[in-house]
Amino acid sequence: MPLRAKVASSVSRTAAALSRAAGRGDGSVIGGWIGLKIDPDLLAHLSAGRAIALVSGTNGKTTTTRLTSAAVGVLGRVATNSFGANMPSGHTSALAKAGSTPYAVLEVDEHYLAQVLEATEPHVVALLNLSRDQLDRAKEVAMMAQLWRAALVRHTNVRVVANADDPLVVWAATPPGDPARGIHPPHVTWFSAGQRWHDDSWVCPECGSTIQRSGDQWWCTGCALRRPEPQWVVEDEGVLDPTGAWHKVSLQLPGKVNLGNAATALAVAAEFGVRPVDAVSRLGIVTSVAGRYAQVDKDGRNIRLLLAKNPASWLEAFDMADNAPTLLSINARDPDGLDTSWLYDVDFAPLRGRQVLITGDRAYDLAVRLDVNDVPFQHVRTFDDAIRSVPPGRLEVIANYTAFQDIRAELDRVI
Amino acid sequence: MSSESLRIVWIYPDLLSTYGDRGNALILARRARQRGMPVEVLEVRSDQQLPATADIYLVGGGEDGPQALGAQRLLADGGLHRAVAQGSVVFGVCAGYQLLGTSFFAKGVQCRGLELLDLQSDRGESRAVGELAGEIDPRLGLPPLTGFENHGGRTHLGPEVSPLARVTAGVGNDGATEGAWRGKLLGTYSHGPALARNPALADLLLRWATGAHQLPPLDDTWPDRLRNERRSAVAAART
Ligand SMILES: [Zn+2]
Repeated sequence: MPLRAKVASSVSRTAAALSRAAGRGDGSVIGGWIGLKIDPDLLAHLSAGRAIALVSGTNGKTTTTRLTSAAVGVLGRVATNSFGANMPSGHTSALAKAGSTPYAVLEVDEHYLAQVLEATEPHVVALLNLSRDQLDRAKEVAMMAQLWRAALVRHTNVRVVANADDPLVVWAATPPGDPARGIHPPHVTWFSAGQRWHDDSWVCPECGSTIQRSGDQWWCTGCALRRPEPQWVVEDEGVLDPTGAWHKVSLQLPGKVNLGNAATALAVAAEFGVRPVDAVSRLGIVTSVAGRYAQVDKDGRNIRLLLAKNPASWLEAFDMADNAPTLLSINARDPDGLDTSWLYDVDFAPLRGRQVLITGDRAYDLAVRLDVNDVPFQHVRTFDDAIRSVPPGRLEVIANYTAFQDIRAELDRVI
Repeated sequence: MSSESLRIVWIYPDLLSTYGDRGNALILARRARQRGMPVEVLEVRSDQQLPATADIYLVGGGEDGPQALGAQRLLADGGLHRAVAQGSVVFGVCAGYQLLGTSFFAKGVQCRGLELLDLQSDRGESRAVGELAGEIDPRLGLPPLTGFENHGGRTHLGPEVSPLARVTAGVGNDGATEGAWRGKLLGTYSHGPALARNPALADLLLRWATGAHQLPPLDDTWPDRLRNERRSAVAAART
């Protein structure tokens, strides 16, 4: 590592420690930010000599990154950005803090995938899904698929592990090659993790025709784009690998969506030579991911935290939640996106028959939405009011990003 | 109304439903049912023919590609034009508002609109994103408009339409006026489920569709709280 990079890396670690000591967050961003100021190529220097996997997509990337780190851990030490700091400054911090490791698994914000591919030259990139998320500031969904595709054309050596169930991901993962100029499309391994949310992929990104669906299958009515045959598939409570062998997956994380994330993790680890039979038991050690799925006991209530950031992840959260009293909390601060229109993309009907409480900065938006959805609810001002309003036992909490952080803070960061 | 039940058509949810546009259909249907009107909501996809005999047509927001495709299909279908000629109500939001005009820009190309409203849209220098508020045309007798906008377009009104509102916060058409209306056609940049924050506007569409001069009042406790909270937020942001 050049001297400048060494200095930057050391300053980065120190700044992160100072930031933590000062009580300003976990330090995973600030350290990397200072390091990158001193040496803009620091991320590239820190990546050199490591076998790296990147994990990107709209939903599930933090959890999948955690599961993938656990799986790759079979081989040796793995550096990872486990606090969800998923932009280049976060990657820089994570690698600097970890010191030298043979492997790294990094969660990447979907907007930064091209930049991080460039800097880290990963061995594998996992593409999970693309759906609407904070549209008031993010690039439109189809545009994001285009950016991914353009980035992969420049990195044809990377092994791609991609979701066969998401038409936008399939299109992004299969840029055309140019054999005459020696450019071959990247090698893709397909997994099927299911896609409950279809509303962003009715129109073909290639030709603009309608995409049709039947069961698991989908195909474009105007061109050759269709669902590729997946090599990794969720089946019952386990995962089928490309050889046809079935592996039982016992997770501590709820929901079918996390079985899909486990299949993805096994597929990525396999690209490093990890056999699923060796990795599968390690997936069960993951209990919570940056507070998600964490359970906290307070005043006789067993509170479980579920994060839902956008329509697709709300559908998943309803699927994961038990039939128990449920608190919904909505904010619309900068990290959430300022627009609450997406509430109408979510059908809250699965909550009918449960005791529903609402809170958060934008509880009134939620109130109007639930009213028109015929879901009775009670508005509470604080998290403590919510706890007092439900009987002892399980309380499911489903919140979007900053509302989730607020509630974690209320629970004294016991998680 | 054209039949025993109020028929609401949501046009092309496969193309024009980027921002919770379903909300407008849900809110109209609920407010009608609460007054005892039987309601039928039809979701018509872009590969289906548009019925010309419904009472209210909703055209929602969408990205550039789907907007251009939606306009093409609606021109080729002709059903919406026949419905308008028979006096149906049309409510367009954001991209759906733009495509009711004579022309709009999508993916850098000027596209032909449906020519149902005398207005044309081009690209602004910057994207308009944030709270949108305005005083509605007094002839419509509605309380102030509140909404959220997110668009790159600027819309220029011709003499045959009236602005829906005078902007008090946000951009709307051009920073001065917002939306447009003529007869029973109305469009707004207040995107997504605009009617969630403007129940009186929902009732105006229902009155136009039914010919009723007045509708029985409903319990609007939650929409009123939402409106007040948003108006205070806009006022607080200004100071
Ligand atoms: Zn196609």
